Amino acid sequence: MNRISRRKWIATGLSATAGIAGLGAAAKLAQKYGLIPPDHGGLYGPGETLTYAAMRVLTKHSMAREFSRDQISKRPFPNELAPFSEEFKRQQAAKFTEWRLAVDGMVTRPASFSVDQLKGYPAHSQITEIACEEGWSYIAEWNGVRLSHVLDMVGVLPQAKYVVYRSIETDWWDSLDMAEALHPQTFITYGMNGDELAVANGGPLRMRVPRQLGYKNVKFLTRLTVTDDLKKFGKGLGSASPEAGYAWYAGI
Amino acid sequence: MAGSAELQAETAVVTAVARPAAPRHSGVVRASHWIITVSFLALLLSGSEIVISHPRFYWGETGNDLTEPLFKIPIPASRNLVPTGYGYTLPDQNGWSRALHFQTAWVLVLTGLLYVIYGFFSGHFRKDLLPSKAELSWGGIASVITHHLRLGRPSEEDEWSYNVLQRLTYLLVIFILFPMVIWTGLALSPAFDSAFPATVNLLGGRQSARTLHLFVTITLVVFLAVHVALVCRSGFKKRMRAMITGQASSTGERV
Repeated sequence: MNRISRRKWIATGLSATAGIAGLGAAAKLAQKYGLIPPDHGGLYGPGETLTYAAMRVLTKHSMAREFSRDQISKRPFPNELAPFSEEFKRQQAAKFTEWRLAVDGMVTRPASFSVDQLKGYPAHSQITEIACEEGWSYIAEWNGVRLSHVLDMVGVLPQAKYVVYRSIETDWWDSLDMAEALHPQTFITYGMNGDELAVANGGPLRMRVPRQLGYKNVKFLTRLTVTDDLKKFGKGLGSASPEAGYAWYAGI
Repeated sequence: MAGSAELQAETAVVTAVARPAAPRHSGVVRASHWIITVSFLALLLSGSEIVISHPRFYWGETGNDLTEPLFKIPIPASRNLVPTGYGYTLPDQNGWSRALHFQTAWVLVLTGLLYVIYGFFSGHFRKDLLPSKAELSWGGIASVITHHLRLGRPSEEDEWSYNVLQRLTYLLVIFILFPMVIWTGLALSPAFDSAFPATVNLLGGRQSARTLHLFVTITLVVFLAVHVALVCRSGFKKRMRAMITGQASSTGERV
């Protein structure tokens, strides 16, 4: 009896040690390949991490579904917005001619672009569906410049890992990992269905991330910051969403 | 002296173990049954909270407050813009609900996978769930239905084996309803759809997938209600003991 239980204890101890070591090694590998989301802590951290790691692997070369022109929704749904700040109203009165998108952080040539300047770069369009985490969705043609093009112009340093982006409205910011930021369908949009991007839909500039849910598509974009460490921003969870209880990774 | 006492104890253990036959439900079946039960209830709770943020359902690819819904669930919503007809908005619970929903989905899917692999390799599906040819006759099914309609109590034999209706129902739940609820759920992930577009296209679009996710869930809830009702009817304590400890009741016992 005694000998069996001692053997059992040793076996249990050994497998526990191996398990912890295995988990540690897995965590290190996951970290190395960028499979750990910034909001990996807390009660729901394991679920967030599993989802993010799985999706990062599955969507390595994937493209969001594109639709035909006749599938475009007749009216793009304008979601509820907080009252505009005085600064936004001033810019709106000036017809957004003074609007600037600043790009800084881990780049060789920090820059600042006007809306017209962005329109001068290679224009792309996509007819994709935007889906809100609440359940509703609509399809629109989004016109804009690829985020990867803007990043190329400012020269991203090789150690960069994330792009933080901010709205003119305070406490509205988010971030993307480099894979999503450099994805050909990730746009800085200035137009919708061939027209100017309406304020109700995020004009003059809105981030468009069609492989993730609506809330990653931050409206009224004013600043991009390239970084290798999200801990320096806000509460260190990667965006304002996890601070409000929502996942940083919104591919699901 | 101590040695002989130990020997005696060991003999007692051996005889005690040797007497009963195999458990009514194997350890894997019992563990996965309860993990999946708890997961399903957590998914149901969190899913209901998510529905409250937009209790309108559509068919096709797109749908929102500006388009005609297929149907509405007549409840207030947790978002201001949804036209529910109620003059107030419920508190937003989507943050933790979504996190709980997806984390629990992982637990359910991984447990379900282990169960299915076990079921195939152990012969659990073949022996316990697959109906025999004789049982599958109309007469065989009709006699089970008649027995149920007369509110008859299960026979002794039913304590150790499933009748043909149970077998068909469990197969439906395991191989049709759970795969469907997982499939329709995955179709709601824009990232998963980008990697596997057929996931959502085969269902007729994103909003159809969402509506089907609700319908399959309702079917599973109906199954759960009937399942629990029949467990109560056939002896709640007995059936719970069988699914918790693995021990079926001794002969003749009625609860």
